[in-house]
Formats: sequence, structure tokens, C-alpha cells
Amino acid sequence: MLNRYPLWKYLLILVILVTGLIYSLPNLYPEDPAVQVSSDLALDVRRITQIENALSDADIEIKAFEEQNGQWLIRLKHPDDQLKARDILSDMLEQDATVALNLAEATPGWLQALSASPMTLGLDLRGGVHFLLEVDMEAALTQRLEVNASAMREMLRSERIRYRNTEIDERRLSFDFASSEDRDAARRLISREFPDFDYESPGEDRSASLAMTLTEQSINEIQDYAINQNLTTLRNRVNELGVSEPLVQRQGPDRIVVELPGVQDTVAAKRIVGATANLEFRLEARPDTPSTETETFSFRNEPSRTAELMRDVIITGDSVSSASHSFDENGRPQVNINLDGTGGTLMNRATRTNIGRNMAVLFIEHKTEDRVVMEDGEETVVRDPYVERGLISLATIQSALGNSFRITGLDSPTEAGELALLLRSGSLAAPIYFVQERTIGPSLGQENIERGLMSVIVGLLLVVAFMLIRYKVFGIIANIALALNLTLLVAAMSMLGATLTLPGIAGIVLTLGMAVDANVLIFERIREELRNGLSIQQAIHAGYERAFTSILDANITTLLVAVILFSIGTGPVKGFAVTLSLGIISSMFTALLVTRAMVNLLYGTKPVKKLWI
Amino acid sequence: MKPITHRQLDFMGKRRLAFIVSAILLSVSILSILFQQLSLGLDFTGGTLVEARFAVAPSLDAIRQLLENAGFQDVSVQTFGASTEVLIRLQQAFDPEVGTEVVNLLRDDGATVELIRAEFVGAQVGDQLRDQSGLGMLVALGVVMLYVALRFQYKFAIGALLALLHDVIIVLGVFSLFRLDFDLTVLAALLAVIGYSLNDTIVVYDRIRETIRKSLLNDMPAIFNEAINATLARTLATSGTTLLVLLALLVLGGDMIYHFSIALIIGVVVGTFSSIYISGALLLPLKLKREDLIPAKKEDEDAEEELP
Repeated sequence: MLNRYPLWKYLLILVILVTGLIYSLPNLYPEDPAVQVSSDLALDVRRITQIENALSDADIEIKAFEEQNGQWLIRLKHPDDQLKARDILSDMLEQDATVALNLAEATPGWLQALSASPMTLGLDLRGGVHFLLEVDMEAALTQRLEVNASAMREMLRSERIRYRNTEIDERRLSFDFASSEDRDAARRLISREFPDFDYESPGEDRSASLAMTLTEQSINEIQDYAINQNLTTLRNRVNELGVSEPLVQRQGPDRIVVELPGVQDTVAAKRIVGATANLEFRLEARPDTPSTETETFSFRNEPSRTAELMRDVIITGDSVSSASHSFDENGRPQVNINLDGTGGTLMNRATRTNIGRNMAVLFIEHKTEDRVVMEDGEETVVRDPYVERGLISLATIQSALGNSFRITGLDSPTEAGELALLLRSGSLAAPIYFVQERTIGPSLGQENIERGLMSVIVGLLLVVAFMLIRYKVFGIIANIALALNLTLLVAAMSMLGATLTLPGIAGIVLTLGMAVDANVLIFERIREELRNGLSIQQAIHAGYERAFTSILDANITTLLVAVILFSIGTGPVKGFAVTLSLGIISSMFTALLVTRAMVNLLYGTKPVKKLWI
Repeated sequence: MKPITHRQLDFMGKRRLAFIVSAILLSVSILSILFQQLSLGLDFTGGTLVEARFAVAPSLDAIRQLLENAGFQDVSVQTFGASTEVLIRLQQAFDPEVGTEVVNLLRDDGATVELIRAEFVGAQVGDQLRDQSGLGMLVALGVVMLYVALRFQYKFAIGALLALLHDVIIVLGVFSLFRLDFDLTVLAALLAVIGYSLNDTIVVYDRIRETIRKSLLNDMPAIFNEAINATLARTLATSGTTLLVLLALLVLGGDMIYHFSIALIIGVVVGTFSSIYISGALLLPLKLKREDLIPAKKEDEDAEEELP
């Protein structure tokens, strides 16, 4: 008997290996350190010479100049020059441009045409972008007070207690009443439901009012909640961005650190991370509604048009459980929204009794404006937070709304997509502001990285030597398969855009160590069958055949673990799961098919006297 | 059935000893985890952050070394914005003095250092993240057990689960007992140990199943011995290569993967031991019979064999 594969099998194996080789190639071209300049100014010859001169005066060597989509990319020869070059350029261009550090791909054109790109390196190996965010605690308190005021008004109305005016300042909420009796009734009613306040009843009769101040304890609770909620939301958003191994961490009482490795487009990352967009659903005011209960807003895409809305909010974006974007019948962008249980109930109750009235969707965004003031003869930057509110749609309620509906009136599909992402990842419990944006170095230090890589190479060589000594010719075959396995793994990780970290590298080595296992199983089995007296060709056949079930069962169970860890886990657990599952699949392929193909080509077609195994 | 050669080692005969060793290791581990807890790293506990500016770009490794010698634990040092600005993360509850203390230490070395800020940082792994990952592990274990139960038999699933718990608990126990830092890389290593141990156990189980089907005897200890001996060369070769890699990582890999390698080395050694002794030997008290693996129609033949 002879061991042969049909021709198509050899060809298939060859195609897979060549594809793997091509897509792993970009990793041989390390990225260039670069400085990115975003500016409205055109890149003319005079400016290029200016920049070149300035940089060469500082002994910085330029590798190339490029322009793409209105951004200039200046590739440098040495990574150490990056920071210096950025400082020089930002001094030179001042207000005209924003200058950022970047790493530019150095993949040759023909590989780029095949959309092959190298793996990105993790924060520990290369550093990344560091954002320091500050949570606006005052706004968190004000928001909570507004929500409470809304609920209190609703209670008073349903109990038919008349109130005149509500006022919110800092940590205090006050209601004015027409008589002391009304005030006392309101106090009894409200204090039962809202234990977070200290109550006071200043004034009598016509000037009777009820003042409620948040207790110290509840302020702490609200602030803790705001920070934790923001941490969760930011983690969700960063995960939606697809950055692996990100860091989202509380720092100090009211600050959050976000570190993103391998992020190229810092501007886009900043927009998503820092976005504070939220939605509010409100009813349009009736003509006879007292003006104390209404607010006027203008439309976002048509500022001259305005509408009077009720002060009371039906629900906010916080009640959204899922959101996606698509297009309506007329090809306009829309966002499909699903509400959670309470949100659905509130929405249903509000719309059921108000069919025929208009409902408005308000888009709210917290922004800041920097202005420079002279203080003690020094220029200091003062950050003024402000809130932008605009209507995105005003539509008649045709029937009672339930848990799912859609909103239209957005400017572009991009805006619809971003709004859906923000609603999905949850809104921020309190607005946040960027305090700092920096590029940080690798957390491991160059020396540590080099030592890690060194140990990996030594470990691999030891495995190669072991296989060679123990299995001779078959050892060579297994080692070739190991090299191909590594190539395929690197190719797969590059194609998926996975991020490589040091534990990741160690994980790869480990999967390689375990990948040898499949070959060990097969070779031991062939030896055993030879001892049992089978002929050489029969032993090869039986060895592969019988080891197959063991290898399959063992790998499928491990793969199951990896897949589940990937779907449920986050951050480092997810990264590890990716490496592990790709490693298992590629090692099954190389250990079973590739080595078999090599053994068949080498021994399968002719009579063999002795097997060097 | 092949005759049992003289090279066969009697693993099952010594299973009581193995169980006793395991029981001791397990109790020590569990007691240590309960009373001494794990010493969780910066990733889980949070700590203090110090930002400092140097006049001349310093060597990050020297800073790390200096701080560790001074008794600070789990130190991470990074450049921040510029090569002269350094971000130091320490695993230590925040107190306002730490910043000055660190900067004074650095100044003792002769460098000109300026403290920019010292603040506390929260854990990198939030509660939500931790609970989610824990849930993930449980689901993963459940699905694997289901697969093993369907592909083999439920007794094998129980055996594999117990062997897996055995390995994980002992690795955690060693980390707790010797107060080694448990950080995110160790978590990754623990996941790898689960994969490795499962892999090893399934290979042995597969051979046990094959031997039971081929064998005419109903003498389980003898069948297990034969299966384990048949896979012994493979088990040792695989553990050997994996350990070679891990030893290289341990000796040459530097700080970052030191704990990672330790966790895996313990895991691989314990995993190899458990795949030979625990997972196989556990099938005996679970009363695995030939009928469990052989379809019912053959029951008549078995009944005949059992007659004297």
C-alpha cells in the first residue's frame, strides 16, 4: 500500500500556505515613526523647504513627506526624534495646524494593494495614546436634581397639589406654593419618596415654599455612581472601537484615564471616547400650558425654526437597551431604538394618553470652550463648559409607542451611526472633559521587551532541537510544519487586526509548544504501530488515522473554551482567546495536513526500507 | 489484545498514594487561599500614580530597580509625553506622602527630579469586568463538560472537571502560599493551564476509551494502566517541550513574564500529574464500566464474559 494525497489536496495546502506567507510579510516591515500634521493649508514647496530646514537644523533625519486627505505625514528615520520634531513643528505652525505623533505603515505598495497590514503592537510593547478625562460632578448633581424635580412635579400633579414655581440651584431644589397647607401636604408626600434630601419649609401662606438640599451622603453616592457609570460606559465605547487591550482606569476622586494602544486616528478616538451626546424625548407644549412648564428649543439643522416643549422629560437615552442605524423608505438615515422595560412602560404611558400631540426628540451635547484670559500677567486657559441642545425631530404621535421605534431627522449616515453607537454603549452619567492628551512610551521598557523576545527565540530553538533529536527525519518535518504554523498564525492575527502584547507573544510560543503535541502524538503512534509489526506504509497510515480522534477531541475542547472566553471575556482575556483559537486551528492544519503531505511526498510513493523516526 | 509488556508501569496500583498527595496539595492550597488570600497585583487593586519630570532622560530600568529595592511593590514605569517625563504606578494605598517619598528616593541617586503630581488610580479590572470574566469561565467549563459527556460519557466529564479544578486550585494555592503577585498575565497563564490540562486529559481519555473497546477484559485498573503507558511517551514529550519553552521564558524573559512563566510551569507539572493520576484514576471510584462506552446491543456478550 502507498500513501498518497489527490492532487487537489496538495494544491489546496499550497494555496493556504502561500496566502499565509503573503499576509504575514508586512510584519517584516516595521512602522516608521512619523509626525502627522492636520491643517487646512496646502502643502506647497515653500513650506516643505521651510519644514525640512527647521528639522535638519535640529539634526532630525526625514525619510519621506506624504500628503493624504489634507493631512501631511512626515516619516522620520529615528523614533527618538519624534517628540523633538513634534515640538519644532507645533512651534512653527502654531495655530494653523494640529501636530500629532503617529506611526506610519511601511508596507510595500503591492502588499497594501492586497490589503495586507502588520499586527499592531500593544501598549506594553509600544505605548499609545493617553487621555485624562475629568468628570463634571456639578453637572452630575444638577442632572440628578432635574430628574428628581420632574418626578416630584408629576407626583404633585397626580395628587392635585398646586405649586407655582420650581427652581434648581447647585445642590438645592425648591418649590413655591400658594398656601402653607399645600406646602405641608407636598412635604409629606415628597419626603416619603425621596429620602436623599434635607427638608426645610421657609415662608408662610402666599410665600410658602419647600426647599430640599441633597444630603452629604447622597452627594457622595451620586458622585460615586457617576464615576462608575462613566467607567462602564467608556469601557463599552472603547470595546466598540475595536481597540484591544485598552486601559480604562479611575484616577483620583473625579478623573478617568483612558489609554489606547495602536490608535492611529486620535481625532476619531477622541470624538467617540469623549462624546457626551444623549437624547431626551419630550412632548410639545399645548398652547395653554403655563410658561413655567415649557422651554423653547430650535432645530439643529434649521436654527430659525423653534418649538415649545414641556419641561418634563418622558425618557432619556439611558433607557435605550439597543440601537442600530439604517435608512428609511426615502433613503434618509434613521436610528432604530429598543427601550428597556421601564423605559418602554414610561413611553407607552406618555404616548397612550397623548395621541395626536407632537413628540420631540432633543439632541443634547456637552461641549467646552477654551478661552485665554490674562491673570496676574500670565496667560491662562479657562475652560467653559456649555450645553448644546437642539431638536432633531418633532412628529405627531399616531399611536401608543411601545418598546421599539425609530427616529429620523439626522444629518448624515455617519451621524446616525455614531448616535446609535453612543446609545448602545450607554450615555455618560455626567459630562466629561479632556484634561490631557499625551503619547506614552511602552510600559515595559526597551530592555524588558528585548529580553522577552530573546527568551521566546531561545525557547523555540530548544523545541526545534528536541524534535530533531527525538524524531530525526520526522523531526525535520515537524519543525518545518512548526515554522509554517507560526507564519499562518502571524498572518491570521495580522488579517484580523489583533494587537500583540508581551503575554500575547508568550501565548504564541505556548501554542507552538502545544502544537508540537499533535505531531508527537502521531509520531509516537507510528512508532508503536511499527513495533506492533505493521509495514512501514501501513504504520504511517494507521499512525495518522488513529491519532486523529485524540487530536480532534483535545483541540475541539480547548477551542470551545477559547471561543466562549472570546464571546464573554473582555480586554486581556479576549486577546488571549484570539491567540489561542487561531493557534489551535492553524496547528491542526499544519500538524495533520501539512506534515502528512510532506510525509506522503517523501515516503508515500515508493517502497521504503527503514523509517528514520 | 496485546500482551502487557514488562515495561508497563503500574500507575493504578499506586493511586492511593497519588490521591493522598493530591489531597494534601489541595487542602494546603484551599487553606492558603482562604486564610492568606491572593496577593492581587496593581491591575486588580489599583494603587498610586506618581508623575515626575527629570532634567535628563533617565533609565527606566534603573528607576524600577531603585523603587523595588526600596520596598515598593509591583512598580510600572513609563515615559509620558516626553522622554524626560516619567509616569510611575505603584501598588500601594494612596497617601499624600508617597509622591515626595518617591521623588526623594530618585533624588538620592543624584538626578534632578521635580514632582508633577501624585494621585490614586483605580483598578484596571473593574468589578463588572471581573464578574463577566468569571461568568465566562463557568460557561466555558459547562460547555466543555457537555461536549465530553456527549463524545465520551458523563463519568469522563466529571473526571475531567475535577482534574481541571485540581490543577487550577493548586496553581492559585501556590501563588497564595508564596505571596506571588497575581496580575493580568497570571490570569492569562491560568487560562492557558486550563487549555493545557484539558488537552492532556482528553488525550489520555481517548486512549482509555480505545483500549476499553478493544479489550476483552473488564479489569479497569489493568486497562487504564495500559492506556496510560501507551500515551506516556507522548505525555512526557509534550510536557517536556512545553517546559523547555517555559524555562527559557522564566530564566531569560525578565520581570514582565516572570510570574506568567511560574504559573504555567506549575500548571504544566500539576496538569501532567493529574492527567496521569487524577483524571484516569477518578474513573475508578466513579465506577466506569465497559457498558458505559459500548452500545447496548453488545450487552449480551458482556454478560457472558462476566460468567466464571
